[in-house]
Amino acid sequence: MSQPLLKVENLTKLFPVSKGFLRTPTDFIHAVDGINFEIQPGESLGLVGESGCGKSTTGRMLVKLMEASSGHVLMSDKTHTDDLIDIANIPNDQMKRFRRRVQMIFQDPYESMNPRRTVFETVSEPLTVQNIGSLKEREERVSEMLRLVGLAPPDAFLFRYPHELSGGQRQRVAIARALVLDPSFVVADEPTSMLDVSIRISIMDLMLKLADEFDVSYLYITHDLAVARYMCDRIAVMYLGKIVEIGDTEEILGNPQHPYTKALLSAVPVPDPSFKREEVEILGGITKAINPPSECRFIERCPWAKDVCRTSDHPPLEDKGDGHYVACHLVESALTSA
Amino acid sequence: MTDLGQRAPEPDLEANAEAVESQEIAKAQSLWQIRWALLRRSFRNNWKLFRRNRIGIAGLVIIGFFATLAIAPSIFFATGFWSTSVYDPVTGLEPNPPSQQLEIVQTVTDPNTQIDIRQVLVDGRINGNIGDVIDVTLQPAPPYGKHWLGTDPLGRDILSQLMYGAKAAFGLGILAATVTVLIGTVVGSVAAFYGGKIDAFLMRLADLLIMVPGLAILIVISAVVRFQLWHLAVVIGILSGFGGVAIVLKSQALAVKVKPFVDAARVAGGSNARLIVAHIIPNVMPLSFLYMMFTVTSAIQSEATLSFIGLLNVDMSWGLMIQLANNQGYLLQGGRYWWMVFPAGLAVTFIAMAFFLVGRAMDEVVNPRLRKR
Repeated sequence: MSQPLLKVENLTKLFPVSKGFLRTPTDFIHAVDGINFEIQPGESLGLVGESGCGKSTTGRMLVKLMEASSGHVLMSDKTHTDDLIDIANIPNDQMKRFRRRVQMIFQDPYESMNPRRTVFETVSEPLTVQNIGSLKEREERVSEMLRLVGLAPPDAFLFRYPHELSGGQRQRVAIARALVLDPSFVVADEPTSMLDVSIRISIMDLMLKLADEFDVSYLYITHDLAVARYMCDRIAVMYLGKIVEIGDTEEILGNPQHPYTKALLSAVPVPDPSFKREEVEILGGITKAINPPSECRFIERCPWAKDVCRTSDHPPLEDKGDGHYVACHLVESALTSA
Repeated sequence: MTDLGQRAPEPDLEANAEAVESQEIAKAQSLWQIRWALLRRSFRNNWKLFRRNRIGIAGLVIIGFFATLAIAPSIFFATGFWSTSVYDPVTGLEPNPPSQQLEIVQTVTDPNTQIDIRQVLVDGRINGNIGDVIDVTLQPAPPYGKHWLGTDPLGRDILSQLMYGAKAAFGLGILAATVTVLIGTVVGSVAAFYGGKIDAFLMRLADLLIMVPGLAILIVISAVVRFQLWHLAVVIGILSGFGGVAIVLKSQALAVKVKPFVDAARVAGGSNARLIVAHIIPNVMPLSFLYMMFTVTSAIQSEATLSFIGLLNVDMSWGLMIQLANNQGYLLQGGRYWWMVFPAGLAVTFIAMAFFLVGRAMDEVVNPRLRKR
């Protein structure tokens, strides 16, 4: 395999649970608990999971909006293609350069733009901050970006305020802002979940088109498997701070191995009422995220849990062939007897 | 200023103005022209919201009235309508105070002191008999043609003093409000943005300043230094800027700080200073302006109080006018010398009220949830 664009090693984020004033916290929420994955240049990885499983926390750590508690995020350096640099060790004077390469698209288009700034000011802000180009050049660049994201003619949008735009238009502006610096990696945190269904597909098409044009990789965070399938080359399924299954999109969706993935897939509505498929009933409630026990995180909901699951630690991600990794003790044994 | 949400049906004139501005934006050569056009547009939209509110308009009318009063004396003196020797609020003197002819109808002798009380009341020096008609100089003089609001015990024009007082009140109020808002906005935003120790320090400081009684502090300061009007403005500005206003603006800034657009700016590489100046402060600014209005009110009231106790080193102000009336014993006369007390007192009341009303009306512009719909 070629040099990855981004490599995540044992990334962990613990949030202390406050026990009162001036007391050292002893309890931690394990929001992200030792996850590993790689993203190749130009490849999009979908991060799928339920609310609170740590998807957004992962995304925010990758763009350094949040410091990791432990573990590393390694990113290829454009100038020395062989080296991966740890983003935690980037000196302050080189942070701006790092920011050029990594951008983020936020979930809520209504909150992700400063209501007091015009579209031009919003989209040109990365250029201004990075001191790129003269005012005239910035204006041209912003116009070009607006045209690329489908806000044409740009002149009609440049000097509007966010409240004068629709949700879809705002998200297009947000995409223009994220791509104006020509980054190589963009974290997209559920960019379509707040949009009308009718607009969703056009925004996703736009993101796919621009991924090609700008040669950018997405980490696409979503809770919607259909969206992940449409957008991503590979999918990682997260459950309670752990990645439980990762692999190529079609492989994951066509041949799910982990019980949680199976449950997720069986919950996707099918438009054919006569279609019968394997029903996976998950049990119980979510294991608590505060100081979770060491055994498999999914154990309380798993319909197939065996003794081995209760006696051993959370299973590691194991290769099941073709880059399909699963974290389950039972995958090799008979799991089909549902 | 804020998200307008809904638009009222607009008359043609405004639609035209909007169209003209859109053309200006399209044709504009520089960014500044565009910004100017956008500013005008947002101002007009906010004015539309403000205008719906009658109490806000009432406040503006009162403020306009006092502003006219504040400007008037300069014009009167420049045009020669008033001569300085007569109408100067501090050194002026009415050379020919009006007099009144009184007929002595009765003399009463105080049984203890054997002094003729009726005569003493009219003029200590005259002796007269019942039926005599005597001239009595009226000083303080009640309002008459030459002095529309009468004169004070020193023969100075009350209207002129009232006008100078208006000027002092505006200067003081606006300076105090500006200092308050500057300090409050910066302190609140910085505390909210950095959190932790900086936040703890600034907020404990704010608690301290809220805890100490403002008037007592002002009295102590004025005992130590000669207290000019602008000193007072700065002190009031610091007290309320570091105190209550900083706390309110901090809570607002906390709400802004967690908005994704701040994260977006950080991801773009924006420094902390940029995040505060370009993203947080502009979004707490409307609230700052609101508090500016309320600070004007409290500054003017503090000035009146301090002048009244005689602790302010000021040539002429409304508080001083009332203090004079009090010192010379004209205050507690059951309203007999109303022209020395009521104009200044009502002026303080009305201008404080006017700024408060404007503040309330602005509150509705700034805070869409308060709007009636």
